[in-house]
Formats: sequence, C-alpha cells, structure tokens
Amino acid sequence: MWKITYRVHRQKGNEPPHYETFQVEVDPEEYVLDGVEKIWASEDRSLTFRHACHHSTCGACGMRVNGVEKLTCITKIKDVVQDGGTLTVEPLRNFPVVSDLVVDLGPLYRKMAAVQAPAVHALSMTPWEGQNIAPPADIPMRSADEEYIRLPDCIECGICISACPVAATDPEYFGPAPLAAIQIQGLDKPELLALADSQEGVWRCHSAFECSAVCPSNVDPGRRIMDLRRQVSAKRLKLA
Amino acid sequence: MEPQKNDPKNLWDWFNPKGRNVGGWAFILNRIAALGLVFYLYLHLFVLGKLAQGPQVFDQFIATAKSPLYILGELLVIAAALYHGLNGVRVLLTSFNIGVPQQKQMFYTALLLSVLGTLVFAVRMFTVH
Repeated sequence: MWKITYRVHRQKGNEPPHYETFQVEVDPEEYVLDGVEKIWASEDRSLTFRHACHHSTCGACGMRVNGVEKLTCITKIKDVVQDGGTLTVEPLRNFPVVSDLVVDLGPLYRKMAAVQAPAVHALSMTPWEGQNIAPPADIPMRSADEEYIRLPDCIECGICISACPVAATDPEYFGPAPLAAIQIQGLDKPELLALADSQEGVWRCHSAFECSAVCPSNVDPGRRIMDLRRQVSAKRLKLA
Repeated sequence: MEPQKNDPKNLWDWFNPKGRNVGGWAFILNRIAALGLVFYLYLHLFVLGKLAQGPQVFDQFIATAKSPLYILGELLVIAAALYHGLNGVRVLLTSFNIGVPQQKQMFYTALLLSVLGTLVFAVRMFTVH
C-alpha cells in the first residue's frame, strides 16, 4: 500500500476556493476516484464530487488531476503520483463550480441539445469510427436496408471544454464536443451549417488540439473540428 | 458563478503551460510570438516617427540601434516572425483537415526551422555589423 497526500479543491457557496490535504492509504493500482471516495467515506462527508458508473461510460467524474483533465475512474493512482507524493484534485475549468469538485455542466448539455447531438447513430455516418468496427455477424438484420447503429463515443464529460484555452475566455464558444457532434451528423441540415459557420462555431477554434489530447473516449474533437471547417468551406464555396 | 466572456482572470489559461500537450505548446508560443510582433509594430512606428524630428535625430538613433542589445531585440523579432509564419502554415493546413494526425510533427518541424533560421540570421547580424 502507498501513503499519498490528496490536495483537494474545496469551495462551498460563494466562499473563496481553498485547498485541504488528506493523507490516504491506497493501492497504487486503484484509481484517483477511489481515493476521493475514501476521503469522503472516512475523512470528510461534506466533500462533494460526482461519480456514477466507475467505468468511463457516464462521464460524471471528470476532474483535473495535477492540473490535467482526467476521467478519474480510469486514471490509475500509480500513473499520476509516486509513493509519498502529493496528488492535486480540482474541478474542471471553464464551468461554474457548484461545490468542491462538482461543476455545472449545464452549458455543455444545452449546447449538445442545440446541435441535436444524436443519442445513437448509424455506423455509416461516422466513417472514422466505422472503419475498424466489424458489424456483429451473429446479430441478424431484419431487412437488407437496415443499418447497424451504435452509441456515439462522446460521453459528454466536459473534459475537452475544460482543456480548451479558447473556452477559457469565451464561454459562448460551442466548444469541441458540440462541434464534434455536428461533424458526426454532417452539414445537410441548414441549422447545423449555420451553427458551425457562426462566430462561436468552427472559426473560434485556435488549433491547440488540447481537446483531442485529453478526450478519454478517443472522439478526437480537434480533428473533427478541422474536418468541419473543410466541410463548411466546401458548402460555402458550393464545392459540396 | 458563470464564466464571463473575455474575463481577464482566465487570460492566464492562454499562456499557462502546466499540463499542456504539444498542440497547447504550439498555441502558447504562437500567442507569445503574435504579441511580440504587435509590440514590435508599435515600436517600429515610434522609431519611424523619429524621421519627422530630422535627420540628425534619426542618425543618432541608428547609431544606438547598432548596439548588441538592439541586435538581440531584432533577432527576437525574426524568431517570432519565423515561428508565427511557419506555425501559420501548420494551422492553415490542419484547418482544411490536411495532416491533422501529424500536427505534432508539423509543430516540431516549424520549431526546428525557426531555430535554424534564427541561427542563420544571428550569425549574419552579429558578424557583419
């Protein structure tokens, strides 16, 4: 077992943020979220944080670990700290802090709704994802016209928006996840073309590619935004 | 509290290198180079303004501008212009979805060419003057 120090961001209501430290005994194979839960269970029941599935599906436990955006349920302690070291846990950037490690992801959800982010989509809509996914042969299709569908990779965790330096100074910028959701759908709908080609759309991105670097679901939003720019240009120049 | 547009408190995130990846470093350097070039533009206009004060004043400034400190400043301008221009090519290409998976390698190339170009100018500027 390792003994490490968790340095945790605390903030309740309108009080100024501060940090509290907790000594935690952990198995290095455990995950950062496990340590946060231990603090809550045995040290301070007032610590607020969000979690649900513990296997990178729900996107609830996004936090900054030592300054870097991580999905804490899949971030092993041994990968971010050494025995006897200190691990800083903070809420995501570019969202309002509700309490301690919890942020209000409402702005992201509203943008995802505005871009009509699909709950499921056909494999053929997403060639990048579909290329390496073989349809499950043992599941028969009801008709020849039917398509295989899947859940989108994006788990709406908000990590990409937290890492985006442009979102830091422009909360109205649609941001990586919503723009990636437009790219997945294509630009056949005029309202999506208008959103992508707006002041807060693809042209606001400054190509830092931090979103792609931190995305825990390999959505590669940076690449999708660049592809969306190409699509928007082609539409406007009537090449597509 | 909801983050505010153009909140100067968050401007630091443009330059904060902590936890940034290769693309983030390219972004930070691009901003610093851009700010340096804008500062130089105003400085350049200020210096040109000396022409209006007569040839004697301008010649006096030109004599001062040959000092190593000024040459170093000019070298920084060249370094900033080289990096900003070359990284601009990288941003332009990726903006049309060309070479996005190779954006890191393109950044390293832009950085290497900028350093090499600056060295060539440095040798020339510090030996010819």
